[in-house]
Amino acid sequence: MTSLQLAWRIRRHGVEMTHRTGASHIGTVLSVADIIAVLYVDVLRCRPEMPRWEERDRFVLSKGHAAIALYGALAETGFFPAEELCGFYQDGSSLIGHVSHHVPGVEFSTGSLGHGLPAAVGMALAAKQDGKKWRTYAVLGDGECNEGSVWEGAQTAAFFGLDNLTVIVDHNRLQSLDFCENTMLTGTLAEKWRAFGWHVTQVDGHDHDALRTALAERISGKPTAIIAHTVKGKGVPFMENDVLWHYRFPHEGWEYDGAVQALHKIRPEGAEDPYTPDGIQNPALPGPDIRRDHTLSATFHPTWRVGL
Amino acid sequence: MRETFVRTLTALAKEDKSIRLLTADLGFGVLKPFWEAVPDQFLNVGIAEQNLTSVAAGMALSGKKAVTYSIGNFPTLRCLEQIRNDCAYHDANVKIVCVGGGFTYGALGMSHHATEDLAVMRSLPGVTVLSPGDAAETEAAVKAMMALSGTCYLRLGRGGEMKIHNKIEHFQIGKAIPLRRGEGAVIFFTGAIYEEVAHACGLLAEKGIHPAVYSFPTVKPLDEELVKQCAKEYPLIVTCEEHSIFGGFGSAVAEVMAENPGKARLLRIGVPDCYCPVAGSQNYLREKCRLNGAAMAEKVLELL
Repeated sequence: MTSLQLAWRIRRHGVEMTHRTGASHIGTVLSVADIIAVLYVDVLRCRPEMPRWEERDRFVLSKGHAAIALYGALAETGFFPAEELCGFYQDGSSLIGHVSHHVPGVEFSTGSLGHGLPAAVGMALAAKQDGKKWRTYAVLGDGECNEGSVWEGAQTAAFFGLDNLTVIVDHNRLQSLDFCENTMLTGTLAEKWRAFGWHVTQVDGHDHDALRTALAERISGKPTAIIAHTVKGKGVPFMENDVLWHYRFPHEGWEYDGAVQALHKIRPEGAEDPYTPDGIQNPALPGPDIRRDHTLSATFHPTWRVGL
Repeated sequence: MRETFVRTLTALAKEDKSIRLLTADLGFGVLKPFWEAVPDQFLNVGIAEQNLTSVAAGMALSGKKAVTYSIGNFPTLRCLEQIRNDCAYHDANVKIVCVGGGFTYGALGMSHHATEDLAVMRSLPGVTVLSPGDAAETEAAVKAMMALSGTCYLRLGRGGEMKIHNKIEHFQIGKAIPLRRGEGAVIFFTGAIYEEVAHACGLLAEKGIHPAVYSFPTVKPLDEELVKQCAKEYPLIVTCEEHSIFGGFGSAVAEVMAENPGKARLLRIGVPDCYCPVAGSQNYLREKCRLNGAAMAEKVLELL
């Protein structure tokens, strides 16, 4: 499977899993899909048949609310059967809403922001002290960088010269309530990471070749931070750059149909759709009420009843 | 206690190269013997306790036995969620060490009074909670803790605690240690407060009362069998700890007694529901909170 195919499958799983379960965070799944696909197809050394293989690269998805993207990648690369994805969010399933190490292939549970980087620093430190070849990768959110513990970990990684550690910041510019710059982001993320002593590169986080190139970079004695400029909701135009889709899930009707149809428009060759192989015939369309319902953040009010 | 901890861990670290001691920039002078003996096994991660704990978890999940060290509430409450999510939930081999349980750092003020740590740490699933009472118990507890996999909390005093044992035979995590036989009442204590217990026992002896005494170097898992047995045997169980009476050692004993009623009633001696807003030595604050020997004896007499 190519990284483009995997990224598309992650997006398709994301729309399906959030639609079926009412789970939040489709926007972040769509923004991080390309980063995770490139990591799992072209970068991470791992053995799906032997998830705890000692020489594996370590990957920590610190923005644990994007769990669907990781679960999708692990299922598609053979860590567990893709059919199990349908258990997501269901009673008794190990596929919980935030990243869980009880899922085969998952290194570290997250869900509370700001934990993943310092833990990844511990892993990279252990590897460096032991002269191990494996590398540690962590994906963080840009909103997550509000957390002070991110910067505690950042200074530690730079101080100990952890050149076996790469961080990718999924910089989709949106966090829970608003754009990052309207919330707590001053200056640029690149400046911040550089000031903390990291080697910093910036890429289009949806350009797989650019991601591959950036992920191959190593600067001796410095950890690398890749600021991946992404679009939250990427691939489904009505979700793109709209804070609403941090929490809202694609409801039955035009939201689900529209999301599936949008993904089919950008489907790379060879990427099969396991749910709606030929897309949706006669998709529902937004009604005349679209400006008055809460499917646009401009008209969103949390006390409105779903389905109005 | 502190020195015993460092000496014991240093000896173990010389033998076991997977041991790492991480500090959040505390331990001036104290940790020196460790970093001089095994410099490659020591890390200062800066004044950053969340980082300290998550880094330790990451190292533990990569094959190290990671020990985090700080004082007062810094290695516990400051980074509680990191202990919960990153260490305990992952069953990571992280040993959290606090120097300064209770009012050890009395005059430094309430920020440095560790009086809720036992309650908080004991509520975390799978976490072993150790609170030795003197140097001998500390040495035994450190050895036992490092032989155990998973997340542990070790609460220490600073130094100068009254000696309880010359030598401990057969130390076991989860087992209390009998110190005195007696009748009419039994005193259970945890941590470095034996001095007050011994003083109370002296005062009670003058009144012809001779309680039995047990030290509980382990708060979790609690020696439930002993509690059950004593609840049947004695009319009064007294718990004693330099910790809030809510949620700590006394509460753990109360939980067992409530579910296994015997004849004993319970007296919990500990820090009442307040913070200490004044400067004071450990002894002064113990007296102020009525967990000194004299107050202890008085409270016991009231109930007998």
